Amino acid sequence: MRNKLASPYAPPVIIAASIVLISCLPLTNFQVRMATLLFIFSTVVLGKNLLMGYAGQISLGHGAFFGLGAYTVAIGAARYGLSPWLLTAMSLPAAGVIAWIIGRPILKLRGYHLAMATLAFGSIFAMVLTNAVHITGGPDGMALDMAAVRLFGMTPRWSWYWICGGVLVLAMYLLASLLDSPTGREMRAIHDSEIAAGVLGIDVAQAKLRAFVISAVFTTLAGCCFVMFDRYITPQSAGILRSIEFVTMTVVGGLGSAIGSIIGAAIFVVLPQFLTVFHEYEQAILGLILVIIMVLLPKGIAPSLAGWLRSRRASSC
Amino acid sequence: MVTILQLIVSGLTVGAIYALVAVGFTLIYRASGIFNFAQGEFFMLGGMLAGIAMASYGLSYPVAALLACVITVIFGLALFLLGINPARSASPIQLLILTIGASLLARGLASAILGKDFVRLPQLLPWDVWRIGGVVIQVQAVAIVAGAFLIVSAMGIFLSRALTGKAIVAVAANTVGAQLVGINRVAVISLCFALSALIGSLGGILATPITLTSYDTGVMLAIKGFTGAMLGGVGKPYGPVIGGLLVGLLEAFGAGFLSSVYKDALALVVLLLVFALFPQGIFASRSVERV
Repeated sequence: MRNKLASPYAPPVIIAASIVLISCLPLTNFQVRMATLLFIFSTVVLGKNLLMGYAGQISLGHGAFFGLGAYTVAIGAARYGLSPWLLTAMSLPAAGVIAWIIGRPILKLRGYHLAMATLAFGSIFAMVLTNAVHITGGPDGMALDMAAVRLFGMTPRWSWYWICGGVLVLAMYLLASLLDSPTGREMRAIHDSEIAAGVLGIDVAQAKLRAFVISAVFTTLAGCCFVMFDRYITPQSAGILRSIEFVTMTVVGGLGSAIGSIIGAAIFVVLPQFLTVFHEYEQAILGLILVIIMVLLPKGIAPSLAGWLRSRRASSC
Repeated sequence: MVTILQLIVSGLTVGAIYALVAVGFTLIYRASGIFNFAQGEFFMLGGMLAGIAMASYGLSYPVAALLACVITVIFGLALFLLGINPARSASPIQLLILTIGASLLARGLASAILGKDFVRLPQLLPWDVWRIGGVVIQVQAVAIVAGAFLIVSAMGIFLSRALTGKAIVAVAANTVGAQLVGINRVAVISLCFALSALIGSLGGILATPITLTSYDTGVMLAIKGFTGAMLGGVGKPYGPVIGGLLVGLLEAFGAGFLSSVYKDALALVVLLLVFALFPQGIFASRSVERV
């Protein structure tokens, strides 16, 4: 049993089962919405975890890819009358190419420099979204006019629950099979030591670039889902703070842990709902949580929890 | 010609503010290797606290400024002693995220307690503007540049003459070596955070009469200050100062000749170019990268 749980394919199965189980609960409309948002953001965090947790590279600019997906769908549908599904399918390879072009020079930087360079790219993109009013609607954002989606006759709300849940499970499956492949092992080798990985004949730049492109495509896909589900997108949803939130979700949940990605996203989606009483203090409390987790559990919640369970099991034997 | 001179004046004014951010940032970075994303929040806190203390509590200018500095320094010390120092085994990226958390905390507290409006402060000197030829110079701008010059010079003298200042330089040069000769690393880095917060809050108090300050001013300031530090390089003491001034000038000329809407983007483009062309800064002579 333990071996099966340790398999890289266990998390997608666990999450797929959870998605089905949760759907059997008597959820309010609001809770279904929260669950859908959780699936969308978990998809982003999974991609970020590949980049940060496995390949060991930081990006403070992924909000831009989220915005790229969302705005491609919104602009394409509003200005050219194209189908949002078609636009989603088009935006993914486009995001891959853009990530590849940006990633090639930028991933040569390391640590703080990489963080700031990606932050710079993300901020420039957000500035364009805010200021190109005639294309993007400016700071007010854009609405997406799209026919209600009814999957197998379900309500639109539940349809999106299943679509975004399906995207998340697919993303988890892809991540698991990637990590189980030579490419995934190369990425982990780079995380441990770039020099050692290079000495072993791994093309370090290429492996980093792959992780960057894949995480960008995951984030773009989540952005497309977000705008189709929420029917509205603003530059704030794609700005610096959003990028920082993505990094935070990844680190709080736990680097290099698929389940941790979902825990991290859950904290950021669900917690603000409990904090509405302290609405004024929401940002301060999120900041405080971030500081406390970095001080007490620098590895993130999921790996720390797993370590604690292991040590308990070891002591009880 | 008048336009160009006018742009130089406004460029030097914002540049002096960026230079202060860059100097504060470099002070912490060199001594501890920590990338303090909350650097801009020191400015925000200084400006907002002083402004609110004067407007809402009727304190006089010097008392309000002193209070703002003290609170900001306490925030800076708390950031290091309660956050970064206990987590020192974490990776650099995790420490960066910790300072991002501190930055969100400061912004959140400021917006909730001090409000979301722009805060003003009266000018330091009673006159408003000087006209020299056709160029209009705000007197407060002169105060900003002079104040920044004084702060940076005082810092330079402290670091090169005072024993405590030399301890900071020693820790920056070689932390283990400094500890071996009996320098208390934690005390020195605490001092750097306190000094950096002090520089930040003074900068914020100086700049607020012209730029106004709101709870969300910090992030962009931190990015520009960082750009200045990278442009000038962190290896030389005058590097960040010149870098900050250059960023201010570029921004002023960009706003004047290209597009005022995208003037913030210009600093970011400069940052990317610096990374690509001069990864050690334009005055670099040796590597100071810390891994």
